[in-house]
Amino acid sequence: MTAAPHVAIFATCIADTMKPSIPVATVHLLERLGCRVSYPDRQTCCGQIMTNTGYFDEAIPTVRNYVESFGDYDYIVGPSGSCVGSVRHQHEMLAREAGDEGLAKEAAAVAGRTYELSEFIVDVLGLTDVGAYFPHRVTYHPTCHSVRVAHVGDRPIRLLTAVKGIEYVELPKSEQCCGFGGTFSIKNPDVSIAMATDKAANVKSTNAEYLVMGDYACLMNVGGILHREGSPIKTIHLAEILEHTEKEQ
Amino acid sequence: MTDTTTRRTPEPGTWTDKPFPLAVKPALANTQQRDNLRHATTTIREKRAVRASEVPNWEELRTAAEHIKDRVGRHLDTYLVQAEEAMKAAGITVHWARNGDEANRIVASIATQKGVDEVVKIKSMVTQETELNEYLESQGIAAWETDLAELIVQLGHDLPSHILVPAIHRNRDEVQHIFTEEMGRYGTPAPEGISNNPAELTNAARGHLREKFLRAKMAVSGGNFIVAETGTLVIVESEGNGRMCLTLPETLVSVVGIEKILPTIEDLEVFLKLLPRSSTGERMNPYTSMWTGVTPGDGPQDLHVILLDNGRTNVLADPQGRAALRCIRCSACLNICPVYERAGGHAYGNPYPGPIGAILGPQLRGLEDPKDRALPFASSLCGACNEVCPVKIPFTDILVHMRHKVVEYKTSKHPTGEQALMKSAGWLMERGSHLATAQVASKAAGRVFGTRWIGPMPIPLASRWLRARDVDAPPTETFRMWWKKNREGGAK
Repeated sequence: MTAAPHVAIFATCIADTMKPSIPVATVHLLERLGCRVSYPDRQTCCGQIMTNTGYFDEAIPTVRNYVESFGDYDYIVGPSGSCVGSVRHQHEMLAREAGDEGLAKEAAAVAGRTYELSEFIVDVLGLTDVGAYFPHRVTYHPTCHSVRVAHVGDRPIRLLTAVKGIEYVELPKSEQCCGFGGTFSIKNPDVSIAMATDKAANVKSTNAEYLVMGDYACLMNVGGILHREGSPIKTIHLAEILEHTEKEQ
Repeated sequence: MTDTTTRRTPEPGTWTDKPFPLAVKPALANTQQRDNLRHATTTIREKRAVRASEVPNWEELRTAAEHIKDRVGRHLDTYLVQAEEAMKAAGITVHWARNGDEANRIVASIATQKGVDEVVKIKSMVTQETELNEYLESQGIAAWETDLAELIVQLGHDLPSHILVPAIHRNRDEVQHIFTEEMGRYGTPAPEGISNNPAELTNAARGHLREKFLRAKMAVSGGNFIVAETGTLVIVESEGNGRMCLTLPETLVSVVGIEKILPTIEDLEVFLKLLPRSSTGERMNPYTSMWTGVTPGDGPQDLHVILLDNGRTNVLADPQGRAALRCIRCSACLNICPVYERAGGHAYGNPYPGPIGAILGPQLRGLEDPKDRALPFASSLCGACNEVCPVKIPFTDILVHMRHKVVEYKTSKHPTGEQALMKSAGWLMERGSHLATAQVASKAAGRVFGTRWIGPMPIPLASRWLRARDVDAPPTETFRMWWKKNREGGAK
């Protein structure tokens, strides 16, 4: 890329509120990689919690707000496969269900310019080695929506394994869901806990120091089990690893 | 309740009356069953993956199957009439049934006309759906299941828990016990002192069933496909019990859902490649039976096909939901599903469990029953089912669509607490300034908790999460605040 890309960060409501270190790391990383980063502060949420609970009407304001917040940007980057996946896969459908063709067209256009962080780095910036340094043993859970909705493929693993000093261990049964599933974890708590407990057991079997994912909600789910079980394994978002450089150590 | 002393066949179990989140509790606590299920589903899903990867044009086959099934749906009226005419021309008596009761009554009336008081059955999902066996029992007609796993379920006074492997929740020790205890009560007993060795158990089933096959005058089957242009019925199976049922009895009655039509015999090629690999993880199923009407001196001399609606036209009327009618009952979606793997089939409360049960069941039956309203939520929306489905059913999209229909159903009756919650979430997320207001509360909570983790607490809803998981205390500074402080003027 020649000119510095101008990126709007989509912080996602959950990370903005509960884990600001993730969007902060994303800003630091993107700036280090030569991007100009903006934060349209009108932004809120992808609306997935309403949509996936069946409340389509209630999700419409978030679709409209997303279009209004990000409509002017060429690159919208979010550190979440799930939120980005929802924007790309559901916003147009919601607008259409509401009978708003105009919004559906706009939503589709903005969604087409919305990238999950690893996609943006690999596909748009053309990088796999971002100059990060993280001398720790890590394992990675590919979150369901990052793989099956946002279709990020192996980009996060390519980025991770290019990090200097990192020791990457494959997670057994990594393709299985961690059991979060948004309101699934509240509506079906028993199955959700059973799935999260199995995921945590697979994570522990790797003897990793860190469990890495690209979605904070899933990280919080498995991390919550690990912490309750007294496991020393820490959770970390992909952006937070890529933010680390040797200089800062 | 039927008087058990006068019953001919083992009394089955009863489906749970609890919605999924409650029905699942005993299954989750049953560690033996969870081990059985994990082992069985893991094995079969790995086999499926290998068999699918062997086919270079697998994705093209899936797309072809999707298109064929969708075409059938679009022109079902035409294909059904074409199939009826072709079947009649081949000497089949064709019946139409609007619902399960009608289908069951037709089967019983054929049995009565023939003067038979027992039938042998090929494993069929559609007759599970209509609860045919119990209806026949109430009419004094014994229906004997001849598929090995269905036999285990029937003799075990049990219910099926899987589409393909209905006794998946049982292990060989339990099967040994069931066969030893029950076979003698309903026919040829199991040989003295059989062990839990699969070969011995299968042999016991063979002996028990042989007597029934040789005596039976009438068989009842479902059908995997009906070819409209030729009027050909197709059944695929693994054990040969189907072949026995299709060749020995004089009368055969096949109950087939109206969505099972394929336009041409060429279309069958696509499905005979996809189904066994997706289902049992085999390259080809051991027995494929195709029959076109009556052939004098060979096989059944009186053939009946009952074409069943039972809610299918309602599914077809829903543009988003109708893709569920593509289903060929392979059960790949069950085997890959992390929820099914832990819940097992009985928690779904009907013969169609797993992802397909969660999208098809509530569409076939409607949303009046709270059990059916819970099913679309019995999924984490992980999407693993979407990837393995041989007819490319978009499960997660239909699950979300069905959730929307459930919400519409519930909120049309009266406003709900959840709706109020979602409405406030909608307001919160309408613009950043609203979210910022709410973040003040989160920030305040962060001050209270400091850097501590939040453990188990009796907060409504939150306790469901905190029961097993700790939560990091919310930070005292949101990203929004960080940005203002550190990148002032950076915002547009």
